[in-house]
Amino acid sequence: MLDNLKILFHQGKQYIPDVTIAKVPGIFRGRPIISTVKVDETELMEICPTNAISTNPVCIDLGKCTFCGECAMAFPNKVKFTTDYKIATNERRKLIIVEGEDEPLQLNAELIRTEIQKCFSGSLKLRQVSAGGDNSCELELNACSNVNFDMGRFGIDFVASPRHADGLVITGPITENMARPLQICYDAIPEPKIIIVAGTDSISGGIFEGSPALDRSFLSKYTIDLYIPGNPIHPLTFINGVLELIKKRR
Amino acid sequence: MNYISLKNNQTVPISSIPELDYSLFLELNVFSLIKGTGSHCVNYFGFPHAGKIKLICCIADDELNAINILSSIVDAKQPLPSFSKQNLVFEKFEREIHENFGIAYTDHPWLKPVRFPFNRYKKNVTVADYPFFNIESEELHEVGVGPIHAGIIEPGHFRFICNGEQILHLEIQLGYQHRGIEQLFLEKKKLLQRITLAENIAGDSVVGHTVTFVNLWESLCNYQPGRDLQLARTLALELERLAIHTGDLSAMCTDVAYQLGSAVYGRLRTPVINYFQKWCGNRLGKSLIRAGKTNFPFTNELAAELTGLAGEYEKDFEEISEELFSMPSVLARFEKTGVITNEQAATIGTVGMSARMSAVSRDIRFSHPHDLYPELHHEPVIKNHGDVHSRARLRKKEIDQSIGYIRQMIENLPGNRQEDTGLLVPSPNSFTISLVEGWRGEICHCAVTDDNGELIHYKIKDPSFHNWLAVALAVRNNEISDFPICNKSFDLSYCGHDL
Repeated sequence: MLDNLKILFHQGKQYIPDVTIAKVPGIFRGRPIISTVKVDETELMEICPTNAISTNPVCIDLGKCTFCGECAMAFPNKVKFTTDYKIATNERRKLIIVEGEDEPLQLNAELIRTEIQKCFSGSLKLRQVSAGGDNSCELELNACSNVNFDMGRFGIDFVASPRHADGLVITGPITENMARPLQICYDAIPEPKIIIVAGTDSISGGIFEGSPALDRSFLSKYTIDLYIPGNPIHPLTFINGVLELIKKRR
Repeated sequence: MNYISLKNNQTVPISSIPELDYSLFLELNVFSLIKGTGSHCVNYFGFPHAGKIKLICCIADDELNAINILSSIVDAKQPLPSFSKQNLVFEKFEREIHENFGIAYTDHPWLKPVRFPFNRYKKNVTVADYPFFNIESEELHEVGVGPIHAGIIEPGHFRFICNGEQILHLEIQLGYQHRGIEQLFLEKKKLLQRITLAENIAGDSVVGHTVTFVNLWESLCNYQPGRDLQLARTLALELERLAIHTGDLSAMCTDVAYQLGSAVYGRLRTPVINYFQKWCGNRLGKSLIRAGKTNFPFTNELAAELTGLAGEYEKDFEEISEELFSMPSVLARFEKTGVITNEQAATIGTVGMSARMSAVSRDIRFSHPHDLYPELHHEPVIKNHGDVHSRARLRKKEIDQSIGYIRQMIENLPGNRQEDTGLLVPSPNSFTISLVEGWRGEICHCAVTDDNGELIHYKIKDPSFHNWLAVALAVRNNEISDFPICNKSFDLSYCGHDL
């Protein structure tokens, strides 16, 4: 008992006091800024492994981007990744960053269904389904609830049964073999319910886009309430995105 | 000599691999090349070849540090005698060949689907049609778990046959995570796309799989990586081992309801993965490893920071570990739970941690060393009991060892990086094999190229491919309530298996 208390004491304070203003250590690649400098755009586009870059004007689609940073290394005057990790949004087109823009990503309040803040602003229980996820987003979602990020302090938790859940968090590009279990899980969640897609693979298929082993038809059937980009997502991106989604608005 | 003997990361012309008649191919692989636990099958696969199927079998001789390779061309319509009848280590490899090409084996003991890939031979059979083993009895009941599990983990279906609370039999059905990665390696032609694919094979073994791919690719392009690249790769592999082993100890504490251990190991992992972020901008090491170059050189500042990190980590790690491994309530759950005997491990051919926990010394860092491992003179950590406790202790010991290696490596950092010569093109009509000891065990990638140096086959084998059967055997005669701790103590990969 005393040994355990001693260990507890030695840990000090591990939690991040305010996850909405926390700084990420090191060279995290978050929201990119694209300058209006002229470069060889075809070459820039060609670098990207997942065709996330398009031209006229130059854009990076964060729903496709794997955040490898190769474009920024080849064209440092054109593309720069900032450490801004608040890149979750509820509108797919907002994930496309256009050259010359340097605005923080925000949720479109008008698109948030009224029942979300009414029912979930104090407590949100989520059921996670990995549908071909490579276990990296899954590791980071688990990290959201560890002693450092401690998402539970906001009443946001992951639960075992879809019957206890208020929504679904999907990771992975959605394989054909997981399409039916995913549908069954969604159907088992009581109304009202939300859908969050977490990670590049989930939003667009990522590097797996176009693979014949996928079946992404589930996503076209329902409204997606939140897109969380990243490969994998950062816990701070997830927590801040969800907090924005469920916060009380007038 | 009827076979060709390669070193790890060696490229040879595909024509130099002897093509044998199937009966001789079987005899040599099963009876001559496999001798006890000192040699084992690292990969065995087939691919279409002029209307027939070409089989390539790679047997590693762990004592002579060589990989012996043989091939045979067979007609997919012709039923064949199986290797598995003679030696169970080939069991899953043959199931995979059967599933992909429809080759019928006359005497395979368990010819069931492996992962229901999109390009399987029998398209009309889906993942919902898996033929589970069952026992007719009024005293037994079945428990089905998954594919979606209670926590945030990947999908797989577990079918238990229980006698009361006791597990009599467990069958594990996988394939839900199948993304068609091997085919994408052929279709995505850009090198960066292929590296990105390697990074996404298994997110908990990003470094392991990516190092395997780049080592293979550099060998195929006849490129000799500089010492700085080798150092970064070895260092990253050991850091990954450190991070994931720590996270696993946390999860094992959770499963035996030791809350403090769970919290402390959990938070000890955070600075290690944050260190990856400081180094390369990604907490799991994605973007760190590149073929023929690095975008994130390992600097003296990074080395100094790592020294500091190791010191702080070690202090708290040793303190909690001492407590964990002396706490009666933990030991009661860890000891003699989920046992794999030495004989079982040898029979089913487990690799990596799942072999070393049962006194089977199998470690690529020792037997087929690559990058800087020859200089580290690695000695595998061996445990004898094959239970949950052995797996926990193995992790603890390997963490200590990794910290030692990390210190040793950053003591002699190489000087400025040598001139980058750039990557050449892949050699035509070649075969390359690359083996890496990831934290879970050996990762093996093989590539075959055509006349123009284009990939015509890419084969990935995650250690989980060998080890899932061990989970099924380990839980027999245990209480079903001990299943989570048994499963977590192996911590095998679903996506690495399903590809």
